[in-house]
Amino acid sequence: MDRDQEKVDSFARRAFVVGGLQGIGVSILGWRLSWLQLVEGERYTTLAENNRINVRIIPPSRGQIVDRYGVPLATNLQNFQVIVTPEQSENLEKTLRDLQSVITVDERDIAKAIKMAKRSPSYVPVEVRDNLAWEEVSKVELALPHLPGVTIQAGELRSYPYKDSTAHIVGYVGRVSDVGKMKDSLLSLPGFQVGKSAIEKKNDLDLRGKPGRAEMEVNVHGRPVRQLGIQPPVPGARLILSIDAEFQRFVQQRLATERSASAVVMDVETGEVYACVSHPSFDPNAFSGGISAMDWEQLRDDPTLPLNNKAINGVYPPGSTFKIVTALAGLESGLINGSWTVTCPGHFDLGKSRFHCWKSGGHGTVNVVTALAHSCDTYFYKLATVIGIDRIADMARRLGLGSVYGFDLPEEKPGLIPDVKWKREVKNDIWHPGESLVSAIGQGAVETTPLQLATMLSRVVNGGKAISPWLAGYANEIPLSINLNANAPKIDIKSSNLALVRRGMEAVMEQGGTAYGSRITEEGMTMGGKTGTSQVRRISMAERASGVRRQEDLPWHLRHHALFIGYAPTDTPKYACCVVVEHGIGGSAAAAPIARDLLLEVQKRDPKSRKLEGTS
Amino acid sequence: MSLFQSHIHSDDMSILGRLRQLAWGQIILICVLACIGFLCLYSAAGGTIDPWASAQIIRFLFSLGLLLGIALLDIRLIFRSVWVLYGGTLILLLLVDVIGHVGMGAQRWLDLGIMKLQPSELAKVTTVMALARYYHGKELADVRKIKNLLVPSIIILMPVGLVVTQPDLGTGMAIIFAGTAMLFVAGVPYWLFIVGILGAAGAVPIAWQFLLDYQKNRVLTFLNPESDPLGAGFHITQSKIALGSGGFSGKGFLEGTQSHLNFLPEKHTDFIFTLWAEEWGFLGSIGLLTLLSLIILYGYWIAFRCRNHFARLLAFGLTVNFSIYVIVNIGMVMGLLPVVGIPLPLMSYGGTAMLTVMMAFGLIQSCNVHRDAKLPRSL
Repeated sequence: MDRDQEKVDSFARRAFVVGGLQGIGVSILGWRLSWLQLVEGERYTTLAENNRINVRIIPPSRGQIVDRYGVPLATNLQNFQVIVTPEQSENLEKTLRDLQSVITVDERDIAKAIKMAKRSPSYVPVEVRDNLAWEEVSKVELALPHLPGVTIQAGELRSYPYKDSTAHIVGYVGRVSDVGKMKDSLLSLPGFQVGKSAIEKKNDLDLRGKPGRAEMEVNVHGRPVRQLGIQPPVPGARLILSIDAEFQRFVQQRLATERSASAVVMDVETGEVYACVSHPSFDPNAFSGGISAMDWEQLRDDPTLPLNNKAINGVYPPGSTFKIVTALAGLESGLINGSWTVTCPGHFDLGKSRFHCWKSGGHGTVNVVTALAHSCDTYFYKLATVIGIDRIADMARRLGLGSVYGFDLPEEKPGLIPDVKWKREVKNDIWHPGESLVSAIGQGAVETTPLQLATMLSRVVNGGKAISPWLAGYANEIPLSINLNANAPKIDIKSSNLALVRRGMEAVMEQGGTAYGSRITEEGMTMGGKTGTSQVRRISMAERASGVRRQEDLPWHLRHHALFIGYAPTDTPKYACCVVVEHGIGGSAAAAPIARDLLLEVQKRDPKSRKLEGTS
Repeated sequence: MSLFQSHIHSDDMSILGRLRQLAWGQIILICVLACIGFLCLYSAAGGTIDPWASAQIIRFLFSLGLLLGIALLDIRLIFRSVWVLYGGTLILLLLVDVIGHVGMGAQRWLDLGIMKLQPSELAKVTTVMALARYYHGKELADVRKIKNLLVPSIIILMPVGLVVTQPDLGTGMAIIFAGTAMLFVAGVPYWLFIVGILGAAGAVPIAWQFLLDYQKNRVLTFLNPESDPLGAGFHITQSKIALGSGGFSGKGFLEGTQSHLNFLPEKHTDFIFTLWAEEWGFLGSIGLLTLLSLIILYGYWIAFRCRNHFARLLAFGLTVNFSIYVIVNIGMVMGLLPVVGIPLPLMSYGGTAMLTVMMAFGLIQSCNVHRDAKLPRSL
């Protein structure tokens, strides 16, 4: 018990020390209180009296997005909202009921407003309804004296006049998600919207503008008495795109004949994109006011992916359109030339494997021009065994396939150009010779986007300039991507070889060519191109033996993709396009007629004739 | 079980008998303090009971029930569960770290339905319990040996490490302070604390490197609030203006201009003392400080009454914990300490802090009820 007593004594002594320290702490607090409140009290009272200036942040107006002619693609509509400040309304419920007798207000909105009012202090205004029509605004204004606490507030609502036609390039806006909320006082303003996809997202900072500040003198109750100073907000920049809005709409409507398709039309010299369309699309206006969960789920779960811009992030095997690349790789290797020929019996044997040409009867003897015109697979199988995959892959990359360009839309995808190194490093396997054959006709692991195929074609027909596609011209007068291709490097390809391939693409549209049926018949208009059909599913040996099933008999999602890349006019090419019809079965039947219509229309509209200029 | 030689007070006491043994004075003071808190929250919302005061009253009543429930628990049961509770807290802390990581944010709480519980708050209580339990059976001679510092250091540093990585520096510091105070009263030699204080002072420049930018800013603006009067120093400057302008008798209930014109930030949480001081002046704020001091003194009185070492240390440690929060919070709003985001216990709006503080007072009350209980010496 003695030792216990020792412990208790030690505890008591030391507890007094700790308690003493805390006593000193509390005394300091007390001394500080008397200093602040008694000695300095008057000084602070004066400071508090003067402390009547409230700073309010004024949100800037979001910048317009316009097409190359200045036609608005994204603008702001006035959005009138009714708000009520619970503190100023004697009876919130009654005020809301009175409001209901003036304009239509849902029971749901009333319940929501009352709930919001309960959740925040009474001086914080609560939104009751938005998107008021003009008559409703004037009705409320008239009744204001009988509606204590109610005010009308003019906000902005993002509007997209071209709706679904430009949804994938312009994008949409939405409320700030919580993650970014801390950094910027502007972002924490109630209802502030930021870009959520496409240009709205990529150029959000340009479009956002700078907030203004209003210094208000407030009375004892916190109500503004007068405005002391105002620093007006700087509206966001006007963004000028290379798009031709009417042409974009034309393309959208033309693609609407198919279930799921995408297309890109661009300038072969400057790289500016005139139309970039993915069908089906969605109405971005639905997002501005907040989209319902049901509509959102429907869009998200649709197998034709309406929310995706398939023109830049749809990856497809390019099929026979890739033969342009293989042909150039062969000609540039020096191992073959224009008069090198292959005799096609309808198939090609490599070791024990047999590779089939699409035409089982064979094409007879073909050279590079006729092989392109008839899309003879055997010619390119043989060519692949001569030059090997690495030459093909190298040419593909030089022509702009297999990587991203840093395009003006954030959703761009790189696709894939396979070679020996890729197989070893990524797949951990050796390259089989048969894979070269499959790759040479754009099947197997080769994957490209429509934007890449249009760019590849542009580089071929512009004389070998490595241009990249772009969309965003100016933010006000500040150039964005407009000078992207000013110093585009030359791809080192002999012009005679480029001419041979172009001759082949012209022959595609001539009698006997794979797209003869879709040729331009109008006087003075010309085009060249290449068809492509890419397999979604392998045709097995057994199936080939028993007769290949007709594509039309297959379920939609197993049918071939139909592709076409084309350019116009043939003598001095200006425009290039790529059309991909998902599961459209055949390039010549499904994609070529659309491409013809697009190239015809773009030549008529001739957007290239008017240069893009910034506004100040 | 024969070791549990029981005393008349704690063995066969009926519920009624135990109720009579509660330190009612402290409970009444706590209720008065909470009511002052309700008044402040009512004023902070602009003279309405929603949204803060109403929620706080419900939480307080719930927590008061919990306090009484814990107070009536047999202290031997608490004594036996210490390691389980301490271990459980560590597991919860780990769990929250993991879940928070998966959830891509600083998720510090678990949802209990009526309110959310932060395991870091629990850690403040269970760490004190674990230290009290550890020192309960130790002889003074053993306590003085340096090598016997290893276990208590681990007891303190494990929860601190987990809390600080959340990141919640304020709570981590509070646990270290309370833990150090307990080592001190348990009898660890004086010279060690002197060395420790000197060492900590030397470590400041090193620790500075590890602070996050916003934490550095808080310290810098504390040292010179006028350097950035509209930015980070705004809170401190405005809080001082509010306090000072309260003067001797205050501006009157619901009349605080600083608070009601929104110059005072976080007036319903961390800066609630300022709101009170502005409206009730020096009289009100000194009165509040006295009330808080009385609650603390009551805690010490209970610690001194206890006749077993566990209860003595537990009541002491929990009271120190409470007083650290009081001093740091009030020091902060008066510009004496950096803004660390520590609430004023029992008054600031918030469920978790309320729940844990009331649990701690429940334990202190249990120490008082069972002050004569005999507890086994060895583990």
